[in-house]
Amino acid sequence: MNRTGLNAVTIAAQRVLPPDAVITDHTRLRTYDCDGLAQYRVTPALVVLPQTTGQLAAVVRACAEHGVPFVARGSGTGLSGGALPHADGVLVVTSRMRAILAVRPDDQRAVVQPGVVNLDVTKAATGFGYYYAPDPSSQQVCSIGGNLAENSGGAHCLKYGFTTNHVVGAEFVTPDGDVVALGGTAPDAPGYDLLGAVVGSEGTLGVATSVTLRLVRLPEDVQTVLCGFATTDDAGAATTAIISAGIVPAAIEMMDALAIEAAEAAVHCQYPEGAGAVLVIELDGPAADVSAELDDVQRLCRESAAFEIRVAADDAERALIWKGRKSAFAAVGRISPDYIVQDGVIPRTALPEVLLAIADLSSRTGVRVANVFHAGDGNLHPLVLFDDSVDGAGTAAEEVSGAILDLCLAHGGSITGEHGVGADKVAYMPRMFTDDDLDTMQMVRCAFDPAGIANPGKVFPTPRLCGEVPGRHRGAHPLVEAGVAEAF
Amino acid sequence: MATRTLDEARSAVKSACGDVRDAGTSDDVDGVTPSLVARPASTEQVADVMRAAASHGLAVVPRGHGTKLSWGRPPERADLVVDLSRMDAVLDHASGDLIVEAQAGAGLADVQRAVAIAGQRLSVDETVPGATVGGTLATAASGPGRLLSGTVRDLLIGVTVVRADGVVAHAGGRVVKNVAGYDLGKLVVGSFGTLAVVTEAVFRLHPIPAARSLVTRDVATPAEAQRLVQAVLHAQVVPSAVEIRWGDGRGAVSVLLEGRETGVRARTAATVALLGDGATTATGDLPDDWSRYPWHGTPATALKATFAVSGLERVLADATAGGDRIDLRGSAGAGVTYLAVHETDVGAVAALVERLRRTCASLGGALVVLDGPADVKAAVDSWGPVPALDLMRRVKHQFDPARTLSPGRFVGGI
Repeated sequence: MNRTGLNAVTIAAQRVLPPDAVITDHTRLRTYDCDGLAQYRVTPALVVLPQTTGQLAAVVRACAEHGVPFVARGSGTGLSGGALPHADGVLVVTSRMRAILAVRPDDQRAVVQPGVVNLDVTKAATGFGYYYAPDPSSQQVCSIGGNLAENSGGAHCLKYGFTTNHVVGAEFVTPDGDVVALGGTAPDAPGYDLLGAVVGSEGTLGVATSVTLRLVRLPEDVQTVLCGFATTDDAGAATTAIISAGIVPAAIEMMDALAIEAAEAAVHCQYPEGAGAVLVIELDGPAADVSAELDDVQRLCRESAAFEIRVAADDAERALIWKGRKSAFAAVGRISPDYIVQDGVIPRTALPEVLLAIADLSSRTGVRVANVFHAGDGNLHPLVLFDDSVDGAGTAAEEVSGAILDLCLAHGGSITGEHGVGADKVAYMPRMFTDDDLDTMQMVRCAFDPAGIANPGKVFPTPRLCGEVPGRHRGAHPLVEAGVAEAF
Repeated sequence: MATRTLDEARSAVKSACGDVRDAGTSDDVDGVTPSLVARPASTEQVADVMRAAASHGLAVVPRGHGTKLSWGRPPERADLVVDLSRMDAVLDHASGDLIVEAQAGAGLADVQRAVAIAGQRLSVDETVPGATVGGTLATAASGPGRLLSGTVRDLLIGVTVVRADGVVAHAGGRVVKNVAGYDLGKLVVGSFGTLAVVTEAVFRLHPIPAARSLVTRDVATPAEAQRLVQAVLHAQVVPSAVEIRWGDGRGAVSVLLEGRETGVRARTAATVALLGDGATTATGDLPDDWSRYPWHGTPATALKATFAVSGLERVLADATAGGDRIDLRGSAGAGVTYLAVHETDVGAVAALVERLRRTCASLGGALVVLDGPADVKAAVDSWGPVPALDLMRRVKHQFDPARTLSPGRFVGGI
């Protein structure tokens, strides 16, 4: 551990921050030991809670000067351990940077600090007739800074895109501690699209201190449909029929019998009884278009053997339908003491095949898998259930979980659709990308963070050190020898 | 290049890719004459060519159909043009997954034809006739449809590139939703061939809408244009495009509505009501020059002005304040417009550039001189001030430390 460096950073932080914003007490440090993926826990060496860009940059600059790693954290809701602290490093928490700096409906923009909660942007814009489109399930808690780092999605990204399509500018602190402007208010800023590289880089390129967001006009009409099917195959066929008909719903979500059972037990969402699968389909837009699409969707679902179709009559009914879906992860806790949430993606047309293979995997191993997913874009969230108090159950669940990711990759998909690689899926990156692919991504890392102090150990497995010729390794890097950088 | 060096380089490139010839004047890159043109037929051949070029220190300029090759600054040097026009295949159209994979040399029009069979489209306008996938990515070219669907930046989901050192790398994939690894596609889009050579790309597609209508209304003043554009944007008619045309002290606002038959009918009526007296409606094919830049077919200086949407009035007023002959058009709804400056006096063009640049910067945007006559390019700063330039240079240095890829074409002399 680089004790001298850490002391120097602590002193530098204490110089720019009020006493209650620099945490060194071990008991308090431990409250920050994990994010939303609680199976990984690391107590950070220091926690800082800056309120301004200047304070945050000063801490990062001190980290750079003394070779101390830092990890940025918003609300800590991430599901891949992206904000897992570094034992010898600083955790930079943005939860006190909660100002909404501007809401400008005439420009369709909002400017916010990184700690602002996702849903609060929409709340601030609704009065003007606008909202912020990306809506991760954790939107009542998760922060815009975290959304930017993870390129968060949500149920409605099928139609409206991801965080990367809604962030147009950022004030950004580089791992050197420099403050730079990326993007702007207008689109297409000249030069390399560094903002595009930063969004989704999981805190490995620096920290955003203010973010300019695109606001979207609220739709004239919203219709939410709940359809019950006997099997996931039927529900999958309905999804295909809807997409093939040229309809782009705001969302199409699927849950299988086990996920429905869990949601029912937890929130009494009154999903169709005996359903082997349900679809939650939301249509939004101009009233006449939505009305025509609603007719088509109901017809297509009936043709795909839906045995019950319910259209939400009002916002309360809509909320109840969504409650079942949005609480599904937590609800699984009711039917299993432990579970792993996966986030693999497949081409949507491979859905029946992959679901069959998951069912087969489950019956072969005896590990139960509940399926909840964004059916419209093929983003699966299999919940692998286990009881950690049973010997070997955790390992068996891990194996099933990994096998599901392999299935996704075998079908030309991805290991993560919205939760990020973080600490959790680092080992799977080489299964999806070649050494040359990873080496090329590492070039971006080296441009931003040559010393490798920004969220080290996340996203990339054993990256080469910057300045090293790819493929040729000789001796330890000077930074490693000096105990300044991770040996990865 | 010395004859002997050239001979060695030629034979090295030739052994990498059979299709190599000496360059002629039609191969000029914005006034710079290269020595060789190679036409590789596969990603592997591009990689071999790049390795050969790297070992001989050749400056490389990638080219599709060459429709925007003079955009940006002239390269400091150009020894080898890597012509991707043989790599023109639409590799895979997975209609059920709404994606298409194409080689970089494929024409946008060819891609559109291929996917239209399944009632789908790549929501990218062909702003220059003959534009390829690769050239569109390299210049981040966009047209009216960007308002609803975004640009290639938003639609590109996977990319294969060849680096300056000949290494082949992929990023993204074949699924729309994917956050694994850095999004290298974003870096390559709009990089003007200075980071890597794109050889293959995967895009998300959209269904072709069943109905379409275009509502247009003439406007007499910048203030009127601004008022109408804001009215449409604040309504809930979900336009696919909100375009402005301006020149000679007058202009027009056009609103494109697409979707269901009944929906388009209702939204057309609402839009006509918003635009007021004099609004006309057209259905069927869009005007021929709908997605073209205003300089199409002219030798004018080509400008791109971006700004916060509410700054439209100021941009229109400033564009014509000097009395220069200009044609402006673009996405008023997105804050991205293009200007053809017909003025030939270099001083006058430079003054216009300076004036508009100040305005755009104060509106959170930028003014770029995309193209123009050599004397104009020599007199103006094409790219203008660029924030985070140091970081961009570091990215360039990582990807292309010897500065052999389109050197000098991009911001800050990158």
